[in-house]
Amino acid sequence: MSVFKEGVQAAIPALRRYARALTRNADIADDLVQDTLVRALRSQHLFQGGELRSWLYTILTNLNRNRLRTLARRPPLTLFDENDGPRTMGPEAGGRDIERALASLTEEQRTVLLLVVLEGLSYRQVAEVQGVPIGTVMSRLARARAQVKAYLDSERPVLRRVK
Amino acid sequence: MKDNDLPVTEEELHAFVDGELPPDRHEAVEAWLAAHPEDAARVGAWRAQSQAIRSRYRDIAAQPVPDRLKFERLRRAEMSRKVMAAAALIAVFLLGGALGWIARGTPPNAQDEFATLTAQALEAYKLYVVEVRHPVEVPGSEADHLSQWLSKRVGHPLRAPNLEPLGLKLVGGRLLPTKSGAAAAFFMYENTSGDRYTIYCARSKTPNTAMHYNAAEKASTVYWVDGNVAYVVSGAAERKRLWQVARAAYEQIEPAGSQKNSSGS
Repeated sequence: MSVFKEGVQAAIPALRRYARALTRNADIADDLVQDTLVRALRSQHLFQGGELRSWLYTILTNLNRNRLRTLARRPPLTLFDENDGPRTMGPEAGGRDIERALASLTEEQRTVLLLVVLEGLSYRQVAEVQGVPIGTVMSRLARARAQVKAYLDSERPVLRRVK
Repeated sequence: MKDNDLPVTEEELHAFVDGELPPDRHEAVEAWLAAHPEDAARVGAWRAQSQAIRSRYRDIAAQPVPDRLKFERLRRAEMSRKVMAAAALIAVFLLGGALGWIARGTPPNAQDEFATLTAQALEAYKLYVVEVRHPVEVPGSEADHLSQWLSKRVGHPLRAPNLEPLGLKLVGGRLLPTKSGAAAAFFMYENTSGDRYTIYCARSKTPNTAMHYNAAEKASTVYWVDGNVAYVVSGAAERKRLWQVARAAYEQIEPAGSQKNSSGS
């Protein structure tokens, strides 16, 4: 119990960071983390030791995918996020660019990139989280980086002009 | 030494950036990058991306964990949930009956309004979208006049959104009656191949709602309420496209109370 508790507690700040980067919305992110923790507590008896962190990332990643599927049927929440406008200006603008670049990725690409770059998971761990071979992780990572680069290189001025 | 002669793959470049490259390939990759400036630039860009992502979200992991995410609190909640689950099952039956009884006499709710307005918008869509010579009362070339007129009649500042970035030109608009006898504004757009989309706007008493997509025969709608106005975007497009159009319209609607009263473009 206490190993489990300590492991989960230690992971919460990073889970919040990952969820925030995935969803771009503080409330949705913390909801996801809460659901992840509840899910983990409920299936604690199924956890046989091993990589607790990867397991928690797996739960969160799956819950986020479910959330996006639900949104696809009933789209509103994403929209409200697009609208939190005023922060586009000022010192956060640089951060907003990378946020928008991340938003231009597919969910799978974004997940891979964030798990590798932000959360420091190994390719093998990411493969486990996504339940795919390492080769698939590599190609998603490559596509994600190419897309972010293309976005930052060229899309930016276009966006500025439209707004 | 033999390893150094193998050509470096794209995967190895990523592994290099992410610290996953086997140590015996480091030298080879570094030599490769020195000799291939384009790859070196890409690797540099990837590193800059990583840096930007980390610094954007660094603060969040440093913040104190909110109470609702504290382990003990969740664990206690989980314990009591198990106890409550059994009780709740019984309560649901009782409550379900009670709510059903209470709901008998409630006034028309958001769900009804949603259904009514969506149906009206779809009727208007079907009626006017096939009209070749007189699809609108006021042409898109008089957009300012159109917006002023419809705003006045509907009793709320309205403006035909600019959907040209999506390849949609404003055909124009007209005034329509709603079932309850109020005025509704109706804007029509079309692309170069003649596909038409309409936006139907009517006053609403229900609070703001999320956007709802509804697929009907031949045409689909996206409906939402924003600042006392209900909007229904209709079109014969697939969901993704309709969603794009609705989103563009949504983004151009100024939140209630912040109208700038600009009559220019």
